[in-house]
Amino acid sequence: MSSGKEGESASRINGIKSTLRIISDFPKPGMLFSDITPLLLDPKAFKDTIDFFVERYKNENISVVAGIESRGFIFGPSIALAIGAKFVPLRKPNKLLGEVISENYDLEYGSDCLEMHVGAVTSGDRALVVDDLIATGGTVCAAMNLLGAEVVECACVIEVPVLKGRERLESRGKPLYTLVDIV
Amino acid sequence: MFAEENGLFGDPRIKAISDAIRVVPHFPKPGIMFQDITTLLLDPKAFRYTIDIFVDRYRDKNISLVAGVEARGFIFGPPIALAIGAKFVPLRKPRKLPGEVISEAYVLEYGTDCLEMHVGAVQPGESVLIVDDLVATGGTLSAAIRLLERAGAEVVECACVIGLPLVKGNWKLNGVPLYVLVEPRLDDLERTL
Repeated sequence: MSSGKEGESASRINGIKSTLRIISDFPKPGMLFSDITPLLLDPKAFKDTIDFFVERYKNENISVVAGIESRGFIFGPSIALAIGAKFVPLRKPNKLLGEVISENYDLEYGSDCLEMHVGAVTSGDRALVVDDLIATGGTVCAAMNLLGAEVVECACVIEVPVLKGRERLESRGKPLYTLVDIV
Repeated sequence: MFAEENGLFGDPRIKAISDAIRVVPHFPKPGIMFQDITTLLLDPKAFRYTIDIFVDRYRDKNISLVAGVEARGFIFGPPIALAIGAKFVPLRKPRKLPGEVISEAYVLEYGTDCLEMHVGAVQPGESVLIVDDLVATGGTLSAAIRLLERAGAEVVECACVIGLPLVKGNWKLNGVPLYVLVEPRLDDLERTL
């Protein structure tokens, strides 16, 4: 039997999950895409999403929230602001100006590259990686390679368990926190 | 209008925000001083001030939707939307949004680009705020305004952290008021990143 608090938490998760839209054959035929844009059109569900992450991290001395372009930019800054952390954008190639470090990685579909400003993170920083969704974990692992040893946890709204991103992170000793599973 | 000309003269937060922005000289070409907001995001206080000033301005204006221009509008728009209880709509580069979209092309210095929005994201008559980090020529924001107006929205204002008056004293874009926190700085400050 759920306590009142657990029941309320489950109710908020269900509210978040119910906004998500699954689109077939996007970005390519045969693929399924989890669309978070309807979540953003529901102010209560969007706020609940941010609140879950803020509750979890506000007392963890996180000094950096790194958001993965572009949908990590939608969630990361609000978390960073609420917990008093720096926000570091991890970007597609040639978007960040000045000295950057780059990491190539494989995607669920194809390959890509992520960049971070040199000096954005220093030793002693405790970092959180934020994105809207984790699939195989390729992007998140690239983010962790850029940030270095200081990654405390990876936080995503959505997880796709069949693609084993969680196992991939676990094999690197990094925990994953997500709100919703997509089967 | 600049924030300082509109009630925030002498507000120390404006200077903190301006000082936190990194200037990269002569990028992307000679004569252009690129305004890099990533250093603002590394300064939690200054980033907080940025959002607070926008939230104070818009919380009582019955704005039901904040539209953010990809990608740096995604950094500033959602915190504002969350604080004022509004929906957030991403305005994206082509082929990023799944499902049915409407598109608006706009002219760049060399060539054209395109902004897209989901069909049905905006209801006719909604009051909307558009957010981006910086306004230069106004081409991108004009396309954003056209997208939202095509969907039947009323664009109340465009809000940017940094901007030049497009024509000095002319603070409207397609008839929509423009609100900007700081002017571009011309030189960089001594800073450690």
